[in-house]
Amino acid sequence: MSGQGGVEDLLRPLTPQVLGLLVRRHGQFDACEDAVQEALIAAAAQWPRDGVPDDPRAWLIAVASRRLVDEWRSEHARREREERVAELEPAGEAQADVARQGDDTLALLFLCCHPALTPPSQIALTLRAVGGLTTEEIAHAFLVPEATMAQRISRAKKGVKASGGGFEAPAAGVEREERLRAVLHVLYLIFNEGYTASSGPDLRRGELTGEAIRLARLLARLLPDDAEVAGLLALMLLTYARCEARTTPGGDLVPLAEQERGRWDAAAIAEGVALVEAALPRGQVGPYQLQAAIAAVHAEAPTAEQTDWPQILALYLLLERVAPNPMVTLNRAVALAEVDGPRAGLALLASLEGDERLAEHHRLAAVRAHLLERAGERDAAREAYREAARRTTSLPERRYLEGRAARLVG
Amino acid sequence: MKYMLLIYDAPDTREIFSGPQHEQLMDRMNAIMDEIRASGEYVATQGLADAATAKTVRLQDGQPAITDGPFAEAKEQLGGYLVVDCEHERALDIARRWPLVSSGGIEVRPVMFDGGAEM
Repeated sequence: MSGQGGVEDLLRPLTPQVLGLLVRRHGQFDACEDAVQEALIAAAAQWPRDGVPDDPRAWLIAVASRRLVDEWRSEHARREREERVAELEPAGEAQADVARQGDDTLALLFLCCHPALTPPSQIALTLRAVGGLTTEEIAHAFLVPEATMAQRISRAKKGVKASGGGFEAPAAGVEREERLRAVLHVLYLIFNEGYTASSGPDLRRGELTGEAIRLARLLARLLPDDAEVAGLLALMLLTYARCEARTTPGGDLVPLAEQERGRWDAAAIAEGVALVEAALPRGQVGPYQLQAAIAAVHAEAPTAEQTDWPQILALYLLLERVAPNPMVTLNRAVALAEVDGPRAGLALLASLEGDERLAEHHRLAAVRAHLLERAGERDAAREAYREAARRTTSLPERRYLEGRAARLVG
Repeated sequence: MKYMLLIYDAPDTREIFSGPQHEQLMDRMNAIMDEIRASGEYVATQGLADAATAKTVRLQDGQPAITDGPFAEAKEQLGGYLVVDCEHERALDIARRWPLVSSGGIEVRPVMFDGGAEM
């Protein structure tokens, strides 16, 4: 028996299978989800001590089912429910469900990312019901009290119930497309939460990146023909590949151009590049594929100087058309400055100055500072770095920006 | 994103809160607390004892020295704080609904985090 990580690695992939099976049989997502969570907690306590059962999935189904029985017994409609319980787990039937596991997992993801829920609720519920994380683990990862996370999950489950949607995933069409975009967005947010935290001292937050990649992989297996699913997985892998190189051991941020490229994760890059190269020719170009393609161009440059900036600029132009957003324009200004010089980048930035969505954002000031520095305007660059440092809410970003400003003194 | 609501008291805030309006003001405060606990936005809160009980440590000639009284010589003093995990607009909305009296007020500040985006 391996350590705690071993049991978690076993339990998490089983979670949506077990939950999906119970919800499909009994409905009552809310009660089934609680029962599965308790079964997971019981397994995490017992398996390291007593050994892993021969059929872990059947064990979880049995324990979660017993929990459901207990729950139903305490309710009023006791007799009717006990009749249903009698047919709860005929031996051997579990095997017949294997084929439906994929559909069940997909249906669970759609349910947890229901548009009626707020993003924090979608994230929490997805991590618990599909990811198999405990409330305590999720609370730790998001640095909130466990009671707060428990409330978020409970509220999310009420929202799912109130939305009245069935367990089946919506059939192909506009609604399914929209619901799938919501699922991708939730996985993207989970990844980002972990990625931006991974320079901090709390490794459990960084673990969210791994969890998001695992769920994106699962989704890519279920929907192998969806180019955006592949694009999201590729984007995560290509971003994750730079994880080690993007901070110093002391936790200071290292900008892309100064990263030691030998420390990038070559296997993650190879997988990400292959995914995006296979996805793009399918013709359903979307924002995740384009962002992955940009990350791939960076990943494939042997040195920062050899980066194919015209290619990146073209990809940002495309991304701006597919998903217009001032943050994309900001990134395009960086690429434009590399191709046509800092003045061209600064001119594009000027067009963003009036944008309310960006006006107070530190990134606008940080990019302006960077371009001013490259244009040789040291005083203006220093002021812009300081403004960016005042605006950011991240400690390492603040240190980085103050450091850049300090280099320009005198 | 987490925000800290720094709740500033006017000189007569505590008197007003103890007076005839006590129940109505507490009801308004408790309604917000119930709401943010139920929604999973609540992170932490504390109320502070009166600023009259404060002592302040400052450097004097490079050495920390203790003086009686709060840090700033202002009429309004920090009376407590509330940390919430939500969007900026929502944090401002919570502050707007807080039972303010007299010249008291609330400062809404993002909490810094120990992570960062790639630069």
